[in-house]
Amino acid sequence: MKLIAIDSSGQAASVAIVEDGITRAEYTVNFKKTHSQTLLPMLDEITKMTETDIRGIDAIAVAAGPGSFTGLRIGSATAKGLGLALEKPIVEVPTLAGLAFNLYGAAGLICPIMDARRQQVYNGIYRFAQGRLVTVRDQRPIAVTGLIAELNEMVRDGETVTFLGDGVPVYKEKLEKGLVVPHFYAPANASQQRAASVGALAEIFFAEGKAIPAEKHEPIYLRKSQAERERAERDRAAGRPVGETEDGEYAHT
Amino acid sequence: MNGHTDILAIESSCDETAAAVIRDGHEVLSNIIYTQIRLHTVYGGVVPEIASRKHIEKMNYVVQRALDKAGMKLKDVDAVAVTYGPGLVGALLVGVAEAKAMAWAAGKPLIGVNHIEGHISANYIEHPELKPPYLGLVVSGGHTHLIIVKDWAKFDILGRTVDDAAGEAFDKVARAIGLGYPGGPKIDACAKQGNPDAIVFPQAKVHGSEYDFSFSGLKSAVLNYLNHAAMTHEEVNKADLAASFQKAVVDVLVSHTIEAAKHYGIREVAMAGGVSANSALRAGMAEACEKAGCKLFVPSPIYCTDNAAMIGVAAYHEYMAGTRSGWDLNAVPGLKLGER
Repeated sequence: MKLIAIDSSGQAASVAIVEDGITRAEYTVNFKKTHSQTLLPMLDEITKMTETDIRGIDAIAVAAGPGSFTGLRIGSATAKGLGLALEKPIVEVPTLAGLAFNLYGAAGLICPIMDARRQQVYNGIYRFAQGRLVTVRDQRPIAVTGLIAELNEMVRDGETVTFLGDGVPVYKEKLEKGLVVPHFYAPANASQQRAASVGALAEIFFAEGKAIPAEKHEPIYLRKSQAERERAERDRAAGRPVGETEDGEYAHT
Repeated sequence: MNGHTDILAIESSCDETAAAVIRDGHEVLSNIIYTQIRLHTVYGGVVPEIASRKHIEKMNYVVQRALDKAGMKLKDVDAVAVTYGPGLVGALLVGVAEAKAMAWAAGKPLIGVNHIEGHISANYIEHPELKPPYLGLVVSGGHTHLIIVKDWAKFDILGRTVDDAAGEAFDKVARAIGLGYPGGPKIDACAKQGNPDAIVFPQAKVHGSEYDFSFSGLKSAVLNYLNHAAMTHEEVNKADLAASFQKAVVDVLVSHTIEAAKHYGIREVAMAGGVSANSALRAGMAEACEKAGCKLFVPSPIYCTDNAAMIGVAAYHEYMAGTRSGWDLNAVPGLKLGER
């Protein structure tokens, strides 16, 4: 089986071609250019380099979220466009599980953190047991202070925590101050989003039958838009039921 | 692919998710529009993040419907076109990323299209006889441009708004008098019951630049009028106010257009954009054009508001002129007409 994998959820943009347990190509850029400018030229480059006939892929894997709203949509729209053109399904990979997979087989707790602003991180807690990724805490937005307290509580004697993700440079000082359990930080080869990890995890999901039609995919934001949050607050303050965003409609043409 | 040039076009610059297939630059094989207007109404205007989320949710359905209705597969089209500016950046990015991926995967050329060029090109759908050079007035919620279309895909900008777009002024005034969003159609309907000469508002001209527009002063004049009425406990006749405000907008749009037509000796005038669906503007412009000996072109309302058919038409002329976009095409929220 062959996959195109895409991750544009954070600062790094990454694409990969993963085939039967082998990474044929991976291209990751963490630079000031926007994902919109880099993602498709990178995919073009690796498919040419590996002489891949993209019509022969089985699915498109995408880091589905959470992450930067705009970054997620660039990756998702790219995946959906590929899915429509090639008539192939999409495998959604939770961003933080994809990140954790960078450290496949590592001992202890794996703790990816992405900067979610407002003193929060997007985080999930994972461990590897008998060669499988086990989710200890499902991905969520959480206050950095809350995460520190949780880890101080849950880490057992002799166990360690390894942090990774673009939240590390932002919150390292806070982590150092608050953590009382042994912890490490992933090195440069594993510290940020990699499409090869997304593709590797997607191979497992695909085999489990988790691919979905491309049109059904949308990013996992984990947060409502600011306008919707403020509207909900107004509704609650006024004692009204909280209004949900309605569906639009097709104009008759 | 079949002796025709068929272009799949995508538009997502604001709150309409749209796709169309256009044959030979004027024949609309399909024109699918998913409009989000209703869900933004509660917020009093378009919320960019919500619009972007809806675009990504609906895009594949909209594109597939456009292809199905045209009886085509993606492999049958000659090119994929997409609006890449101006507009809301997050909204534009969805269409741009989708279109790029589709074109790339299907091995089709990609054509990035200017949204304003799309609006003006909407006229070619129902008026294939319209040919450059002609004078164009693009008025919408985001844009107010008076231009000379010199040649296919070539423009001279004579004037533009220096602050609010005409449609924006409609939205703001509609909100101020409690008519709600979207302001254009609400004011249009309300104004029909009112007297356009009841209140004299200042003209939305810009001193020293004869073809530019300024609607923010006019909007302030309306707000001042409302404040004054509130302080003196006078009752405001909403219909009169709507009609008078609308007249002030229409007057400046019409007078600038006619003056430019006379000055440049142009006898054909084309309107476009959401505000050109306004009944007072259509009537006022038609009357003034007739008096000045000009022929007026206006698209049907469905081609005035945002749609992808107009993008496909504009793309056809760009395609014929040799325009091709790279896989690094980005959304350009402040894209100017004539810029690439």
